[in-house]
Amino acid sequence: MGAYSTANSYSAYASYTRTVLSASAASLAVWAGLYLLLTGRGERFDVGGYLLRLSPYMWALYGISLCIGLSVVGAAWGIFIAGSSILGSAVRTPRIATKNLISIIFCEVVAIYGVIMAIVFSAKVAAVQSTNGFSRSDYYTGFSLFWGGLAVGLSNLICGLAVGITGSNAAVADAHDQQLFVKILVIEIFGSIIGLFGLIVGLLVTGKAEDFSVS
Amino acid sequence: MNEIYFNADAGYLEGIVRGYRDGLITLPQYLNLTQCETMDDLKLQLATTDYASFLQNEPSPMSTSTLSARCTDALVAEFQYLQQNAAEPISKFLDFITYGFMIDNVILLITGTLHERDTHDLLEKCHPLGFFDTMPALCVATTVQDLYSTVLVDSPLAGYFRECLSAEDLNELNIEIIRNTLHKAYLEDFYTYCQGLGEPTASIMAEILMFEADRRTVNITINSFGTELSKDDRAKLYPRLGSMYPEAQTRLARVDDMDQVKAILEQYGDYKTMLSGVGTGASSGGAGGDDMSLEDRFFAREVQLNKDSFEQQFHYGVFYSWLRLKEQEIRNVVWVAECISQQQKDKINNYTPIY
Repeated sequence: MGAYSTANSYSAYASYTRTVLSASAASLAVWAGLYLLLTGRGERFDVGGYLLRLSPYMWALYGISLCIGLSVVGAAWGIFIAGSSILGSAVRTPRIATKNLISIIFCEVVAIYGVIMAIVFSAKVAAVQSTNGFSRSDYYTGFSLFWGGLAVGLSNLICGLAVGITGSNAAVADAHDQQLFVKILVIEIFGSIIGLFGLIVGLLVTGKAEDFSVS
Repeated sequence: MNEIYFNADAGYLEGIVRGYRDGLITLPQYLNLTQCETMDDLKLQLATTDYASFLQNEPSPMSTSTLSARCTDALVAEFQYLQQNAAEPISKFLDFITYGFMIDNVILLITGTLHERDTHDLLEKCHPLGFFDTMPALCVATTVQDLYSTVLVDSPLAGYFRECLSAEDLNELNIEIIRNTLHKAYLEDFYTYCQGLGEPTASIMAEILMFEADRRTVNITINSFGTELSKDDRAKLYPRLGSMYPEAQTRLARVDDMDQVKAILEQYGDYKTMLSGVGTGASSGGAGGDDMSLEDRFFAREVQLNKDSFEQQFHYGVFYSWLRLKEQEIRNVVWVAECISQQQKDKINNYTPIY
């Protein structure tokens, strides 16, 4: 009984921490909001205005870093899900190790999508030459790079997880029965195509955006 | 969501345990084993299985008890490899599995001491998975209070002992009651623990443990016929879970013979067929012929449930199921070996094939 309660107290501690964190974040937000409101500066509490005041560079570079960052997280996560199962299953049936490297490569491809898109996006970023500051076109480029990058990053994150989990299934199934490998590989390929969808949409979204400082 | 973080701690071990599962003896191999004429033939056939390295150094006239001991060694070696490589949630789960063996060891030692057996022999007979440090000291205990306060209070079983402390002295009946109370407390605790692990472990383990509880319920009922165990005490020994809890249990607590048990169990789909064709039941090791004993039927059902748990990935149930399947395999091999060494070839097919 004592043993069981330690296992339980761990999750109780985790939920306690979560509650404390969210409660302090909420009270901080309320305090800041009330402070601005009661000192007569309530108009400063203006999210839309804040977003508009942000530099287009901020948007563009956030987009690029989210694109590569989330893609790499997805790829790495997939590799560890698939990799640990491949390792374990390969102890008894070493033949699966080489064959199942394909799952690792599928996960890696997701990171490569992110790198490619980050390179394409960053080609549009350059120093603004005009003395009039940012043009309308620059703002459009910034926004489209941000949302394009987010789309690519998120779809690659999910794609990496999907490929990783199916890769792990493939390793376990292959170790048990050789014939199952190809069948599960087909599913894995379909999973890895989701990342490609994000890539295409990312290209389309940013396709009409001009480079910075062209005008 | 479980899939995305499960492998961080248990991915490697799950791969390993599934590898162990693939090493279980299959039906064609069993057919080869049953064709053997002598123990040496059997040993030769077993050389193609995972037991090879544990059997190769045994001198040639091998007894079935040695075979059983070596097979258990193989099981223990594999299980300990898992334990050594386990991280927190999974190591706790594996520890929980060993508590069952600890209970059996404790009971073995108390019973042995009661009959004044040699401590050394008793310790050798204990299941290696159920060893704990203070176990040898069990042999000096004479009352339940002693047992608890000197030995078990430091062991993981301490919590399960609370309900047994009312028993006054250690006699045959009390030991049996202690054994069942301990197993009941353990089963309930393990069940609660598994429910805390979240899906899909919770639902898979629930199914297996509920079957285990049902089996205990039926066995306790049948074994208490004709003993001095009162019906109230019998009801207290039933685990408080399973598909028979609480409705069938209250009825089972009042029955006096096998036919009434059958009548009650017939209302439960899973157990409807189980009791038909079983005579007085509970005779261990197969009564011979095509009729399976009740125990064998339970084993067959257990094997089926444990095989099912391998159908899903990313849960802890496979570790428990593998151990149960492996135990069943050892029982099968030993049964075949017994039949060969005693020249009882007509009963040799009364094992429970796994794959």
